[in-house]
Amino acid sequence: MEYEAVIGLEIHVELLTESKMFCDSTTRFGEEPNTQVCPVCLGMPGTLPVINKKAIEQTVKTGLALNCDIALFSQFHRKNYFYPDMPKNYQISQYDLPLASGGYVEVEMEEEGYTTTVGITRVHLEEDTGKLVHVGGAGRIAGAEYSLVDFNRAGVPLMEIVTEPDMRIPVEAKAFAQKLRAIIQSLGVSDVSMEKGSMRLDVNCSVRPKGVEEFGVKTEIKNLNSFRSLERGLAYEIKRQIEAVEAGEEIVQETRHWDETTGRTSTLRTKEYAHDYRYFPDPDLVPMELDPAWIEEITSTLPELPDERRRRFMEEYGLPSHDATLLTATKASADFYEEAVSLGANAKNVSNWMIVELASYLNAENLEIDECAVTPRHIAELVKMIDAGTISGKIAKDIFGEMFETGKLPSIIVEERGLIQISDESEIAAIVEAVIEENPKSVEDYRGGKQQALGFLVGQVMRLTKGRANPALVNKLLKEKLS
Amino acid sequence: MTLYNQTIAELHKKLVAREVSSEEITRDVLERVKDVEQELKAYLTLTEEAALAAARTVDAKIAAGEKIGPLAGIPVAVKDVMSTKGVRTTCASKILENYVPVYTATAVKKLLGDGAVMIGKTNMDEFAMGSSTENSGFNPTMNPWDIERVPGGSSGGSAAAVAAGEAIYALGSDTGGSIRQPAALCGVVGMKPTYGLVSRYGLVAFASSLDQIGPFTKDVTDCAIVLKALVGHDPADSTSLEYEAEEYVEALQRDVKGMRFGVPKEFMEEGVEPGVKQRFEEAIELFAKLGVEVDETTLPHVDYALSAYYIIAPAEASSNLARFDGVRYGLRVEGEDMIDTYMKTRAAGFGDEVKRRIMLGTYALSAGYYEAYYGQAQKVRTLVAQDFEEAFKKFDGIISPTSPTVAFKIGEKVADPLAMYLSDIFTIPVNLGGFPGISVPCGLSDGLPVGLQIIGPTFGEGIILNAAYAFEQALGFKERPSL
Amino acid sequence: MAISIKDVEHIAWLARLALTHEEKEKFAGQLSNILEHAGKISELNLKNVAPTSHAVPVSNVFRDDVSGPCLEQDEALANAPKREDGGFVVPKIVGEPAAM
Repeated sequence: MEYEAVIGLEIHVELLTESKMFCDSTTRFGEEPNTQVCPVCLGMPGTLPVINKKAIEQTVKTGLALNCDIALFSQFHRKNYFYPDMPKNYQISQYDLPLASGGYVEVEMEEEGYTTTVGITRVHLEEDTGKLVHVGGAGRIAGAEYSLVDFNRAGVPLMEIVTEPDMRIPVEAKAFAQKLRAIIQSLGVSDVSMEKGSMRLDVNCSVRPKGVEEFGVKTEIKNLNSFRSLERGLAYEIKRQIEAVEAGEEIVQETRHWDETTGRTSTLRTKEYAHDYRYFPDPDLVPMELDPAWIEEITSTLPELPDERRRRFMEEYGLPSHDATLLTATKASADFYEEAVSLGANAKNVSNWMIVELASYLNAENLEIDECAVTPRHIAELVKMIDAGTISGKIAKDIFGEMFETGKLPSIIVEERGLIQISDESEIAAIVEAVIEENPKSVEDYRGGKQQALGFLVGQVMRLTKGRANPALVNKLLKEKLS
Repeated sequence: MTLYNQTIAELHKKLVAREVSSEEITRDVLERVKDVEQELKAYLTLTEEAALAAARTVDAKIAAGEKIGPLAGIPVAVKDVMSTKGVRTTCASKILENYVPVYTATAVKKLLGDGAVMIGKTNMDEFAMGSSTENSGFNPTMNPWDIERVPGGSSGGSAAAVAAGEAIYALGSDTGGSIRQPAALCGVVGMKPTYGLVSRYGLVAFASSLDQIGPFTKDVTDCAIVLKALVGHDPADSTSLEYEAEEYVEALQRDVKGMRFGVPKEFMEEGVEPGVKQRFEEAIELFAKLGVEVDETTLPHVDYALSAYYIIAPAEASSNLARFDGVRYGLRVEGEDMIDTYMKTRAAGFGDEVKRRIMLGTYALSAGYYEAYYGQAQKVRTLVAQDFEEAFKKFDGIISPTSPTVAFKIGEKVADPLAMYLSDIFTIPVNLGGFPGISVPCGLSDGLPVGLQIIGPTFGEGIILNAAYAFEQALGFKERPSL
Repeated sequence: MAISIKDVEHIAWLARLALTHEEKEKFAGQLSNILEHAGKISELNLKNVAPTSHAVPVSNVFRDDVSGPCLEQDEALANAPKREDGGFVVPKIVGEPAAM
């Protein structure tokens, strides 16, 4: 039987605000433990929350960018459960009246050649929890002797985005998550870094026989700390579920933990702990009745979103859809691209060098485009030098590594290594003649109709010039001399 | 000259006239505390040193010819449910026995800013849950009119302190009658202002949507003075209202002739003690003499108020008290692991009444019961409030006995929680609607004080103070406790 | 509404209260009594009544995104039953994962 997976995502995003969600503590990252705290976010007896308006604005902004309806009446609830990273043992969150709901995101599956739409169930706002550091047991919660709590992150505004179960294959989930990141980046409301934990993914996944409408029993996967692990974790879990179903086993509704090193998911809950969050409206906070004029104002100030930017890249720079999608996948790469083009380099060629060469170096080093030494100026200069015939594409590839390593400009590397392309016809002609003289066999073969022989002769010229000879010119001159 | 038995207004005059110093007043009150505290046990913590220092600061100001406010240099007692920086704040609970806050509640801060002299923190029912102060985690407080009887609760320590002259005035908190009922039982004036009029920031929450801070004073004039000092918008409390408070002391002098008061017939059907009923009927006659018209009215849903209250208040409390877990502050009983520690800490730290209400509230919010209990109770709340609004269309205020009984014997109702709950039957509906209510002495029954409750519409503090003052002047109640 | 010992155990677990057997029995009886009284409200047909969660009808209370002074680490930890390296010490966490 053929099966299909049903995938939905829950994404938590920490917002970029100066102060916390419900108090004026600072939100600085990486400070000494328990120094970004005040009586409110420590849950001291008697303290009260007050809503940070900027966080509301940022959530509304995100809701609008995700094509959601913005709630004109919204409220905060208390979600009650005990956990040592929660100062009040309840989290102020939203329940049946989220700020935004009913949206969608279009996701271009470039490689696969289709576009899919992922529904956004809701976008709501809550407060983040503190951080636990486990002591003993190799720093993991299981086996630790005790733990230390740091409340610096407790109370930082946290936006939760929940999708409809609209994805069917792992790569769709990955593409969606990346698209979502790009959208949020363009809004500037979060730095959406998986590494820093300002973007966190939880996945729900079930399988069902193809053609069946009813959903299967779903599991939730946690600890997906990168887009890669999202895709891998899902692939593993789908395979596991299909195998279980085929073996006649029942899928248990549970939370599973993804282990990046073993490449497997495993049951997280050892014992059945029924959560009963006992949501009720937070009596310390009054409802929000957002003014439609304010929402209108936020709408009018929305920046260009990835979809619009992608379309513009195609129109303005004449890029194919594939290029435009890749370049606008992150705000940083789209910004990078536009800056390089603005420096006078050919639009299509900049795109090629970014999505092929630069991308492969970034992948290999596991870096983001704004984390490496190569800047738009480097790419622009490189492309301009190729287009002007100063260096060949081959040379450009050769020096890319050094440029990437050292951040030296291509013009400097070329000069240091003496790699400027020889485009002087007489200089090349002399070498061509020498090569013809030294390789009578190949000359004979070529004249006898063997086209490959020409390639060999071109190669000899390039060898003698250490690759610096203008290949087009070499070709042209060889053909002339041999005809 | 005995000073401890005088009012704020009298002492202020003497201070300004330099007849006495604040230090003399403070020493006199502290002396009185020494004399009676062993029998009364109104205080949990005394702050003698800080009090004398504050008094001397005010004296220095007076000596320097500076103008002082009406509360400057006057000793006040603060219910131990308000956070006081550097001064132990226990909420009369073992779980907070050694908790020393790092911040001060807004209401207390306002008074201290006005030069108030804090004598200490008063006893109460643990976390303000109770009507007799017997639920204190440390010891009961005795009624100065008869030390075998309770002072009422939950603010019994504050009421007893003011009645016995252990403070010139005091602060309490009122969630379902916790200021008005002990004021009645101790023969002093106590007021619960309109919800949102006084900041709750720093008031350790029992039931957030019902809690309000208010004054205990020896007479109505003092009540108006203290109220004026307490009110004001606080940006740290989202439920604090932006309201320009009127001049309450001036309001006292208005003519009450032509005012109309309603007596809810439902209240008189309840089990009111004959002695209390008699004093109340005399009060109606006295009002008639003052030209105030008193008629029967109806609050059709008020019979359901107690039920709704005993769902809503415990529900909010169950969440509010979750933070007492032995992690950040307070008692910790070390268990095998985190959960075991939570369970043991809370079992050891909370008394029976607190546990009972936490469980009641947890149950009312839990899955499957929310709609039947909490949801339904919130709707009853709407109806109760509407009943009052309807009555206020015809009447300036509503009057009733504050409590159906006089002070009862210590231990009398401890075994029967429901019987204890009934002693707040006339005060609870007022909190559900957020209205202001005042209890003013209305004579004695068998040598024990009876209180008259006057309830006003939202922001009707001026109206009820005015009526209470006229009543107080007409009645001329001058008896003091024997102690 | 009768509350059984099992109900009490479940509620006490949610509220993180360790109870002795005697306490469970006592609370089961008392809670049943109170809920019987409180259950009066279920008599009412309130389909068309809006719930009140706040005593005063106020909405839109916000603060601007401006930061203020934080506590010193020592102040933050001043009441901690146990502290180490600037953190609050908690016993080992077994069994239950965080909800988020």
